Amino acid sequence: MIRIGNLEKSYGEQKALKGITLDVENGEIFGLIGPDGAGKTTLMRILVTLLLPDKGFATINGLDVVADFRKIRTMVGYMPGRFSLYQDLTVAENLQFFATVFGGTVEANYHLIKDIYGQIEPFRNRLAGKLSGGMKQKLALSCSLIHAPKVLILDEPTTGVDAVSRKEFWEMLNNLRHKGITILVSTPYMDEANLCDRVALLQNGSILSIDTPAKINASFKRKMLGVKVVNTSQRYGCVNLLKEMKGVDSVFSFGDVIHVTFHHADIDEIIVREYLFGKGQQDVLVEEISAGIEDVFMELMQKN
Amino acid sequence: MRTILYLLQKEFIQVFRNKGMLPIIFIMPLVQMLILVFAATMELKMIDITVVDLDLSETSTRLTAKLESSSFFHLTRAQLSPSETDKILLKGKTDVVITFPQGFESDLKRNDQASVQILIDAINGSAAELSNAYLQTVIGSYNQKVRAEMMGVPKFTPPEQVQVIPSYWYNPELNFKFYMAPGVLVILVTIIGLFLSSLNLVREKEMGTIEQLNVTPIKKYHFIIGKMMPFLIIALLDLTFGLIVAKVAFGLPFRGNILTLYVFTSLYLFLVLSIGLFVSAISDTQQQVLFVSFFFLIIFIIMSGLFTPVESMPVWAQNLDMINPIYYLIRIIRNVVLKGSGLLDMTRELIYLSIYGLLMFSLAVWRYRKTV
Repeated sequence: MIRIGNLEKSYGEQKALKGITLDVENGEIFGLIGPDGAGKTTLMRILVTLLLPDKGFATINGLDVVADFRKIRTMVGYMPGRFSLYQDLTVAENLQFFATVFGGTVEANYHLIKDIYGQIEPFRNRLAGKLSGGMKQKLALSCSLIHAPKVLILDEPTTGVDAVSRKEFWEMLNNLRHKGITILVSTPYMDEANLCDRVALLQNGSILSIDTPAKINASFKRKMLGVKVVNTSQRYGCVNLLKEMKGVDSVFSFGDVIHVTFHHADIDEIIVREYLFGKGQQDVLVEEISAGIEDVFMELMQKN
Repeated sequence: MRTILYLLQKEFIQVFRNKGMLPIIFIMPLVQMLILVFAATMELKMIDITVVDLDLSETSTRLTAKLESSSFFHLTRAQLSPSETDKILLKGKTDVVITFPQGFESDLKRNDQASVQILIDAINGSAAELSNAYLQTVIGSYNQKVRAEMMGVPKFTPPEQVQVIPSYWYNPELNFKFYMAPGVLVILVTIIGLFLSSLNLVREKEMGTIEQLNVTPIKKYHFIIGKMMPFLIIALLDLTFGLIVAKVAFGLPFRGNILTLYVFTSLYLFLVLSIGLFVSAISDTQQQVLFVSFFFLIIFIIMSGLFTPVESMPVWAQNLDMINPIYYLIRIIRNVVLKGSGLLDMTRELIYLSIYGLLMFSLAVWRYRKTV
């Protein structure tokens, strides 16, 4: 559905994309995973015809994003990272407006947004600016779907949204995928990567890896220990202690678990627990864990 | 067409939902007409005059009394030394000092001529010139009367002289308000057109809504027209409102065809709105737009001939007025309102405004980019 070949874009001296090549299959949820400044937004803005690439090509459904930009605009739904609807129009007015500028009506494609818009319809006469974060996001998604696009491009849709709304949002994306819409979504949250069919890990304008989340997780071959500190105020001290430990390769804190890898495979949980005990950290749980996308990401980043 | 209609509908909803906007649209014309037209007058009233009469003769007293009777002057008598005279002028306690020297009357009688000293505070040059002109008139007429008396010529057979009786056409009473009101109307529609339109477009940039609009299939000229029409309509509404205020508040005569006025104003607004949209197309923030718009607005207003006649400007400045939209409309409105000029009387302005407007419109459409 989306084909991108050797795409490059610079802002002055700053290279935002350094030759990106990837394909998004028809009807899949494809995730662009990467920290801020990785080039996710630039890539998406090129796809939705808001930016011109310096080199390379990008096509959606066989249409070139530069040459056939008019056709692309009618078949792509875009939700920018920043809430971009009219805050001084009501929920219903926003939806109506975007339906008409695409030359359609709300009724014609209501079936597509029924599940999503239905949740905010009770507030249809409320100004968009007065909605909560989760509701704004649902309205924005409704507006980007109202012209029945074949491809949906979502730039960090869940940033700044509460955990419950995030979960709901991904369920909505899943439903849309079943309706045959191809979805390209970017996120800085590694846990959301597992919800995609395939992901591309982006760093500094380059792709580190493209695969299914399971295969990416499996690409992590080394042993990994997870250290849980019961008293959270001790966690930072614990991280520093682990970094000083002999034989330790990397230490990263993800949520409430510290992920530790080693140069030698023979270091196990007992050795680590004893080391921390000896340093005065009694309340710790150490166990072997399987690596997540975040660990692969960190490993790939360090290699580059 | 349907797209434009929906764009218009959206703009109007937004304008009228904006609580701060309605007062601007409807109170601004009222305030501008009522305050500016009355305040920005060149007529001088109540000039502070200090008379230093060192002669205290009958002639000097009578001239002083004559000055005092004029409504233009507020007169104070004082006996001051020359240095004290300087001081009160310096401190701004008086605008004019008139000194009758000792022997004023006897000089007049014996030598057939006498001098009066007039010192005028010329910090404000045009006020000083006007004061001088008023004083000359009063003293001049007194002069004639006094000479006639002294020469013993009876009043009913005055000495032969050429009399000039001016006739002021199109504004016979030289009513300053009739001169100012059309100009203020122009300022009114300019502010509405230039600021509201340019701030509106750049606001879409600031709010990020342009991002969502740009991925829609809206055509560029649709979008620009959609941004233009609401403010054209609002500005014409304000013009109507301003005209009614002018008629009711100070009986502005309306000699021309009202349709002519609206045709010209619409053409003018097309130009000004295009300039506004061009400015906001090249700006990223409302702050930039305000600075740029203000810069041009002030230059355009001061050079427009609203306060000072264009004919008194240097030639290069008059040539520069070729690109000053306000200059054109002020001339046009004054001509239509006071003189009754029609479209055919001002074909040059008609053609000029059209070409200029099309040029700026193309520039605005060209410079507004959906893709960067």
